[in-house]
Amino acid sequence: MSLRIVVCVKYVPDATGDRHFAEDLTVDRDDVDGLLSELDEYAVEQALQIKEAADDAEITVLTVGPEDANDALRKALSMGADKAVHVEDDDLHGTDALGTSLVLAKAIEKTGYDLVVCGMASTDGTMGVLPALLAERLNVPQVTQLSEVSVADGKVTGRRDGDTASEQLEAALPAVVSVTDQSGEARYPSFKGIMAAKKKPVESLDLDDLGIDADEVGLEGAWTKVEDAAERPARTAGTIVKDEGEGGKQLAEFLAGQKFI
Amino acid sequence: MAEVLVYVDHVDGAVRKPTLELLTLARRIGDPVAVHLGPNAEEAAKVLAEHGAVKVLAADAPEFAEYLVAPKVDALQAAYDAVSPAAVLLPSSAEGKEIGARLAVRIGSGIITDAVDLESGDEGPVATQSVFAASYTTKSRVSKGTPVITVKPNSAAPEAAPAAGTVEQLAVTVADSSKGTKVVSRTPRESTGRPELTEAAIVVSGGRGVNGAENFPVIEALADSLGAAVGASRAAVDAGWYPHTNQVGQTGKSVSPQLYIAAGISGAIQHRAGMQTSKTIVAINKDAEAPIFDLVDYGVVGDLFDVVPALTDEVKTRKG
Ligand SMILES: Cc1cc2nc3c(=O)[nH]c(=O)nc-3n(C[C@H](O)[C@H](O)[C@H](O)COP(=O)(O)OP(=O)(O)OC[C@H]3O[C@@H](n4cnc5c(N)ncnc54)[C@H](O)[C@@H]3O)c2cc1C
Ligand SMILES: Cc1cc2nc3c(=O)[nH]c(=O)nc-3n(C[C@H](O)[C@H](O)[C@H](O)COP(=O)(O)OP(=O)(O)OC[C@H]3O[C@@H](n4cnc5c(N)ncnc54)[C@H](O)[C@@H]3O)c2cc1C
Repeated sequence: MSLRIVVCVKYVPDATGDRHFAEDLTVDRDDVDGLLSELDEYAVEQALQIKEAADDAEITVLTVGPEDANDALRKALSMGADKAVHVEDDDLHGTDALGTSLVLAKAIEKTGYDLVVCGMASTDGTMGVLPALLAERLNVPQVTQLSEVSVADGKVTGRRDGDTASEQLEAALPAVVSVTDQSGEARYPSFKGIMAAKKKPVESLDLDDLGIDADEVGLEGAWTKVEDAAERPARTAGTIVKDEGEGGKQLAEFLAGQKFI
Repeated sequence: MAEVLVYVDHVDGAVRKPTLELLTLARRIGDPVAVHLGPNAEEAAKVLAEHGAVKVLAADAPEFAEYLVAPKVDALQAAYDAVSPAAVLLPSSAEGKEIGARLAVRIGSGIITDAVDLESGDEGPVATQSVFAASYTTKSRVSKGTPVITVKPNSAAPEAAPAAGTVEQLAVTVADSSKGTKVVSRTPRESTGRPELTEAAIVVSGGRGVNGAENFPVIEALADSLGAAVGASRAAVDAGWYPHTNQVGQTGKSVSPQLYIAAGISGAIQHRAGMQTSKTIVAINKDAEAPIFDLVDYGVVGDLFDVVPALTDEVKTRKG
């Protein structure tokens, strides 16, 4: 039987751009280019490797995001995913983590899955909670923050490198996995991959299709409220000296003045 | 006063510093009730009581170590049901965030992660977050349910505030559905004897400029002279010069020490995301145009192999 893999990919503002908040205190998406969250490339890569090791597997990439989020799906498809699902609805604007997990969980159930693969965190919200939220909502094991992952005989195994220990984990499918950037460099899409991606199917779903009420998501339905967002004042220019033999001493002088020595 | 649950991060009963910070912040919004899962609750309770815990809810079960995360969610939920708290606070570790997230779903509440400050507000606790690689400061609150908030290390100075800290056993039933992810084996990390990276008051980090594992002792020597932790950029970690556990940045540890010294690090946005909230920032880099110099309080343009050993010697001399 075919192994059904769903990879969750997020469309985010480019971290190297000048990111801002819009007036309603959501992320301003007009000012900065968007792209597939770089950490989700690792998730796509691991899904591709799991597929390559399996007899028969199919990869669906899934995103919840505005129209432009289609770019993130195309990137994942050009890396080698088979098909895509895009959940898009004007009422989703401003959805928080709890809401996003609700929408993703419904879309995953609708698509059908044996394995869900996520990145360790998005590069904008950087909460690192979506995989655990999904496991809770789908009522399946979470095998998260893996720097190594493999799937065989209906089981997923992996290594989680934590603060105080490194753990070897194991769970039966279906399960939710998240992978870190230690899991292995993501491949670049080939020209052939980019051409093939144009023909791959992208299914579009809205809240009605998923049976979700508009008041459970969006800014109004959010479980959290941002009350203020202030740009951090630029750091006042520090002292910069050129080392002409005395740099170490001068630095020590500064540190002593600040009472660090 | 309302009670606030504080999830205790500990190693066999030795309470880690971020938990003491949580207790300090919790006292701003209510009476802290600590939740200790695992062995040696009595030992932990002494420290927790000194820092304001009115009560310690303790549970120990083999499942906490045998399975990943979910059994601890069952336990925290039991504590939640027993106390009906005004808020639940956890440390912003990978595990703390995951436990908090799953609890939030179960109790129908919102979650805020990586708070760097917390104060009480008219409509519940208000959390400060430092976002977009610390270029913005936001204030948020949970608007549905009981606030679940995870707090970054070094967000508050732990304050002593003696309280009763009575230990009460918490009855926990681990659901079968929480035994899905087996921990097959666990290899504890060897201690270096240096302070824990996220908790350290001073961090000295090396980057690609260190140019080889064999040169990292130059960084370590400076760190040791200052009693600091050692960090590394991802470039240094990817090259295999230093362990990934020491990586500072978006996909490594996020640090906010009193003093951060970056040697041979350019200051890419992903590195900045993990250190930009440091109080004082110092850089040593031979390229005067390196973006890290935009952040520094003090910068030395020079070769780290000249500057760092000279600084180390000077620190040692001054400390006698
Ligand atoms: C600066 C900032 C701070 C925020 N703080 C909070 C907060 O404290 N509380 C809160 O409830 N919300 C918060 N949000 C909103 C939150 O980021 C989004 O709702 C979000 O989609 C989920 O969190 P995350 O992006 O941090 O994802 P993470 O939990 O970091 O993402 C992990 C993985 O989940 C998957 N994933 C995440 N989002 C999507 C998606 N839309 N489509 C497909 N896959 C996805 C990806 O595989 C990703 O790698 C914040 C947003 C921003 C920009
Ligand atoms: C999704 C994602 C996540 C990432 N997460 C992280 C992360 O968590 N942490 C992180 O650090 N990076 C992270 N990165 C990588 C980041 O983008 C940079 O590549 C990395 O930080 C560069 O490390 P560096 O500054 O050591 O190296 P470089 O950028 O190569 O800089 C080396 C610096 O050393 C200086 N130098 C060289 N020799 C000397 C000398 N003898 N004396 C003094 N100075 C010298 C050079 O002038 C240069 O400025 C991430 C990237 C991505 C895409």
